[in-house]
Amino acid sequence: MTAGTPDMAARPAGQLPGATLPPAPAREVTAASDPGVPTGGFAAFVRAFRQSKAGLLGVGIVLGAIAFSFLGPLFYHTDQVHVNLNAISQPPSARHLLGTNAVGNDVLGQLMLGGQSSIEIGLAAALLASILGTVWGAVAGYAGGWLDAVMMRVVDSMIAIPHLLMILLLTSIFGPSTPVLILVIAIVSWLATARLVRGDALSLVTRDFVHAARAAGAAPGWVVRRHIIPNVIGIIVVQTTFEVANAILLLAGLSFLGLGPQPPAANWGGMLSNGLNFVFDGYWWLIYPAGAAIVLTVCAFNMIGDALRDTFEVRLRRR
Amino acid sequence: MLNYIMRRIGQALAVLFGVTIIAFIIIHLLPGGPAIALLGPHASAQQLHTFIVQNGYNKPIFVQYGYYLSRLFKGSLGYSYRYGEPVTTLLKNALPNSLLLVGLSYMVALVVAVPLGLLQAAKRNSPADNTITGLALIGYSMPVFWLGIILVVVFSSTTHLLPPEGPQGGTIAAALQQPLAMVLPVATLSIVTIALFSRYMRSSAIESLVQDYIRTARAEGVSNTRVLWRHVLRNSLLPLITLVGLSLPVTVSGAVITESVFNYPGMGLLFWNAATTHDYPLLMGCVLVVGIATVLGSLLADLLYAVADPRLRRA
Repeated sequence: MTAGTPDMAARPAGQLPGATLPPAPAREVTAASDPGVPTGGFAAFVRAFRQSKAGLLGVGIVLGAIAFSFLGPLFYHTDQVHVNLNAISQPPSARHLLGTNAVGNDVLGQLMLGGQSSIEIGLAAALLASILGTVWGAVAGYAGGWLDAVMMRVVDSMIAIPHLLMILLLTSIFGPSTPVLILVIAIVSWLATARLVRGDALSLVTRDFVHAARAAGAAPGWVVRRHIIPNVIGIIVVQTTFEVANAILLLAGLSFLGLGPQPPAANWGGMLSNGLNFVFDGYWWLIYPAGAAIVLTVCAFNMIGDALRDTFEVRLRRR
Repeated sequence: MLNYIMRRIGQALAVLFGVTIIAFIIIHLLPGGPAIALLGPHASAQQLHTFIVQNGYNKPIFVQYGYYLSRLFKGSLGYSYRYGEPVTTLLKNALPNSLLLVGLSYMVALVVAVPLGLLQAAKRNSPADNTITGLALIGYSMPVFWLGIILVVVFSSTTHLLPPEGPQGGTIAAALQQPLAMVLPVATLSIVTIALFSRYMRSSAIESLVQDYIRTARAEGVSNTRVLWRHVLRNSLLPLITLVGLSLPVTVSGAVITESVFNYPGMGLLFWNAATTHDYPLLMGCVLVVGIATVLGSLLADLLYAVADPRLRRA
């Protein structure tokens, strides 16, 4: 837990070669996001990633989902605001490709709108969570000692409270608006990232280039920004991808329980929650499309995450 | 080993302390402050004033936290304003039902996922392995409630084999008298857990398979089946103990949704009802109890691990 810090203090700065060490090694690391491989960079990474069929499929599905949700409404016009009592719970037809729901709104159009909110909230929450988790983990790992212990007990305490309970509680307090939903999902999603980053930071602070930077008089903030975070970017990217998947699932769960984006904003979980009332009526179009949309999108992000992790791991193994 | 156990217990105590602090902070975030949140929106100014003075909400924040802790130690969590009953009574009735649901689901999940992951590891990259890996991916990408709804459609509304609701009646005795009603809720929660565990078991077993002791066993002429079921299984089970502990919060989240799909009278359903009706004393009580249960659960898992692992036992 105290890795690096006392050891550093004990060692006279003069022992380290080159007090005015050029930042070159750190730069390379930044570019390749891998301390051991000096060549490569982004292009090599893309080449390696392209070997994963599942990863490419995931990227394809995500791009498809984005196009469907954001461009779809430009071509497929529906009224999602007004109740249409003449078209309640109709099965799929030429006019309504996936039928209509209990208030006469087009299900396919609703799927598109739901996709918008799922993707927006999922991405924003995961991004926010990653930033928070990275900074928290890097600071804890770099500082070590009692600060690390306290910061990690905070993480442990928050992990102990099940995520869904926490976000249900917070949305119940603050109301389910989009910014609140993003914030609340981010609040429960940064913990895993913080743990992972802290673990790596603990080992990074014992590495020579960190020692060298400190000997050269770099401030803690500089070391964390320039040496710790660039070296954990791989984990962060992988973890962020998984967090997007988790955030979309959490949002769906929250919406199913009635605390997601409120009508007329559509969301996949809420659509299923309404569909549950018609399980015994055989209205399959209210049950399968929205669920399939969630599974596809979440699967796609998980597949990308798996492929990214394999890519990073292969590159690490080559060291 | 004693050293490790003491340190781990100390850590758990620190986390428990953290959970109470989080709960305390949230009470103070509640709209209108703790007095309005805990007495309900219809309390008169006089009642509010009495409550604030009686409970020390006019004192400095650290003193308030001290009062809060001492109330907790006395087992007082306040009154639910929806049910008008002490929160502890409501939790006492609901907790056993949830433990039954989560416990049964874990059992089913382990019984299915352990052999599944082991076989996948043994037949790595075969069509069967890839199929199961794909299914597991879908399994943990699937919203719990959708899985529940599909099971209801298939087994209740189409074939009428199983009741679409969990056991009713509220007590654990009632639940045990309606075993058929337990099937769908347990199946829903365990399928999601199987997806998570089998994936983990697979990679853990693959790691065991390349260890020296496996090669030694093979060289000594131990059969493949025996290697798998004795040597690999025992060594891959260890990390699974930790995973069970770590997965508790996720499973509890799943239980909240499962309980609301099947109207199963556990903590999850109670919590959901409390969240939609802004029943804050009940909400806070649930968060605290579930948080404590989770901390104790993962502590238990770690201690079990220490007992089960000879390397740690002798250390």
